Amino acid sequence: MAVRTLLESIRETLAEEMRRDPTMIVLGEDVGRKGGVFLTTDGLWAEFGEDRVIDTPLTESLIVGASIGAAVNGLRPVPEIQFADFIFPAFNQIVSEAARLRYRSNNAFGCPITIRAPYGGGVHGALYHSQSVEAYFTHVPGLKVVVPSTPYDARGLLRSAIRDPDPVLFFEHKKLYRSVRGEVPDTDYVVPLGRAQVTRPGDHVTVIAYGLMAHYSLEAAELVAGEGISVEVIDLRTLRPLDTETILGSVKKTGKCVIVYEDNRFGGYGAEVAAVLAEEAFDYLDGPVVRVAGPDVPGVPYSHTLEDWFMVDPDKIAAAVRRLAAY
Amino acid sequence: MPSDETLREMHHQMVRIRLFEETIQKIYFEGKTPAFDIAAGPVPGEMHLAAGQEPVAAGVCAHLRPTDAVTATHRPHHVALAHGMDMKKLAAEIFGKDTGLGHGKGGHMHLFDPATNFGCSGIIAEGMPTAVGHALAFKKQGRDDVAVSFFGEGAANQGAFHESLNLAALWTLPVVFVCEDNAWAISVPKEKATAIANNSDRAAAYGIPGVLVPDNDPVAIYEAAGEAVARARRGAGPSLIEIKTDRLLGHFEGDPQAYRTKEELALLKERDALRAFERRLIDAGSLTAADAEATWTRCRTEVDGAIEFARTSPYPEPAAALQHVFA
Repeated sequence: MAVRTLLESIRETLAEEMRRDPTMIVLGEDVGRKGGVFLTTDGLWAEFGEDRVIDTPLTESLIVGASIGAAVNGLRPVPEIQFADFIFPAFNQIVSEAARLRYRSNNAFGCPITIRAPYGGGVHGALYHSQSVEAYFTHVPGLKVVVPSTPYDARGLLRSAIRDPDPVLFFEHKKLYRSVRGEVPDTDYVVPLGRAQVTRPGDHVTVIAYGLMAHYSLEAAELVAGEGISVEVIDLRTLRPLDTETILGSVKKTGKCVIVYEDNRFGGYGAEVAAVLAEEAFDYLDGPVVRVAGPDVPGVPYSHTLEDWFMVDPDKIAAAVRRLAAY
Repeated sequence: MPSDETLREMHHQMVRIRLFEETIQKIYFEGKTPAFDIAAGPVPGEMHLAAGQEPVAAGVCAHLRPTDAVTATHRPHHVALAHGMDMKKLAAEIFGKDTGLGHGKGGHMHLFDPATNFGCSGIIAEGMPTAVGHALAFKKQGRDDVAVSFFGEGAANQGAFHESLNLAALWTLPVVFVCEDNAWAISVPKEKATAIANNSDRAAAYGIPGVLVPDNDPVAIYEAAGEAVARARRGAGPSLIEIKTDRLLGHFEGDPQAYRTKEELALLKERDALRAFERRLIDAGSLTAADAEATWTRCRTEVDGAIEFARTSPYPEPAAALQHVFA
C-alpha cells in the first residue's frame, strides 16, 4: 500500500480513470500543459494529449456548458473550475442545465459530469480564493456534492463521482492538498457516494464535519479527551445525498451534537444538518444542536490576524464541545 | 437555389407549423376568459408562439438530420417541428400530459427529444454553451453531425453568446449559430438594447463567417444555412447567421403589445412570409394552387390528430413528479 497526499491521490485517480474510460476528458483553465495551478492534473497532458486534456479559455460558463453538451453525446467530461470562487459564472449552467437535464427530459437525457473545484481558506487566498461554496449547490436537487478529506476517500469518491450517471460537484480543500497523507490501496476500490464515516467513536458528543473541518474535529476530540469528554466524530464525505442514517444513529446515542463547517454560518450547510436532527432526533437530544462555523462576513479576509479570526480551528471546536458537554 | 421538391417541403413545414400554432392559440384561451387567468384551461402557463418566424425553421432545418443537435429558445415550436419532433408528443407535452415528451414536466418551452437531439430552455442564451458541447463531442467522436443553436437577438447581448462564439471558433467546432432577430426582446426594441445594427457583424470579432439575411426570405435562409451547415460538416468550423424575421404576435399570448402600434402590426401581418412564399411558389410554377390547398388539408388532419391525442391522453400521476431526479 502506497502513501499519498490528497493531491497525489486525486491526480493518480484522474489518470487511472482516463486509462479506463476512453470517453473521459479533462478540461479547464491551465489543466493541460501546466497541469493545473495546484498541479492536480500534472502529467495528464503528457500522457493523454491535448485532445483529452484541454486548456480552455477563461470561460467558466462554457467550461461547464460545453461539458454538459459533450456529456449528452457520450463523452464523460471532468471539468475543473480553478478555484471554487470562480464557479459563479458557471452557476447558471450547473443549476439550470446540469442539475435539471434528467428531470425535465423525464430521463431522456442524463448529464454525467464531475466538476472539480479547490475550495476553502486557511491559506491566505483572501476574499476570492478562499470561499466555501457548497451550500449553494447542496440546495439544488439533481446535484451530488462531495467533499473528501483523506487520500483514501478522495480516490474512492472520485471514482464513484466520475462513474456516476449524474452531475457531481467534487470540492477539494486547498489546505489539505499537500498537508494530508494517507495509505491508498492499489485496488480499484470505490467509496460510494452518500455514505458518511465515523472517524472516531465516542459517547458524549457527536461532532459532524467535512473537508478540512473533519481533521480539525478529530484534533478537537483529542484536545478534550483528557478532560473526560468522549467525542464521536463523523466525516460526512458526501454532503448530498446526506447520510441521515449515520448521523441520526450517532446523535441518538450521544444526545448532543456539534456541526462544524468553514462556510459562513447563516444558511450554511450545517443549518440543514441541524434541521434534520431537530426533526428526526428531537426526543434523543440532551442539549441544543450547536453550529461552529465561519463568521458572517462577505469573504475570508487576508491578513494573518483577520484570517485566523475567521477560520474555525480545533480550539474553537473544542470550546464548543466543552460547553455542550457541560450543558 | 433549392429544388422544387425542397421548396414544396419547406412550404409544407411552414404550413404545418402555422396550423399547429394557430390551433394551440385557440385552445390556449379555453378556460381563460372572460378575465384572463394564465393558470387556467387545458394549456396553462405562458405561451410563446412563432407565427412569422417559420421561414427560419424551414430554411435551416431543411439541411439537418435527426442526429444533428439543435438547441432552441422559449419560442421553440417552429424549430422543433421542422427538425422532426413528433407532433403528437409535442402537443401532449404542451397539454401537460403523461404521453408528452417530458411526461408533463416541461411544458411548451422546455422540450427535450432524444429522437431528434433537441433541447430548449426558458433561460436566454442557455442553449448556446451546450450546443458548443454537442459539437465538441461530435468532433472528438469523428462524427460529421453538426450542432445548431437558435437564439433571439436579445440573447446576443449575453455573455454566453460571446463565450460560445469564441470557443466554437477557437476549437473549429461544427456549430451553426442562428440568430432569430424578430426585433423585439419582449417589449424592448433591438435598437434600445444592442449597440450595433447587425449581430452578424459580431462574427468578425471571432474570425468566423457572419451572414445577414435581411428579409425573412425562406430561400435566402435556406441558402445561408446550407453554406454554414456544409462548412460545419466538413470540419471548417462555426458560422453565425442573423435572420431579420417577424414576430407577428405578442411576446406571449395575452400580451397587449402597447409597445407596438396598430399600423406596425398590420404591416407585419400584410407581409406574412408564409403567404408570400406560397404565392411566390405558385407564381413560379413550383407549386400548384391545388397542391397548396392539399398541403393545408393534409396538415390540418395531422394537427387535428395530434391535438386529439393530447386531449385524450392521461395526466401524469402526481407521484411522477418525484421521478428522474437522478438515474
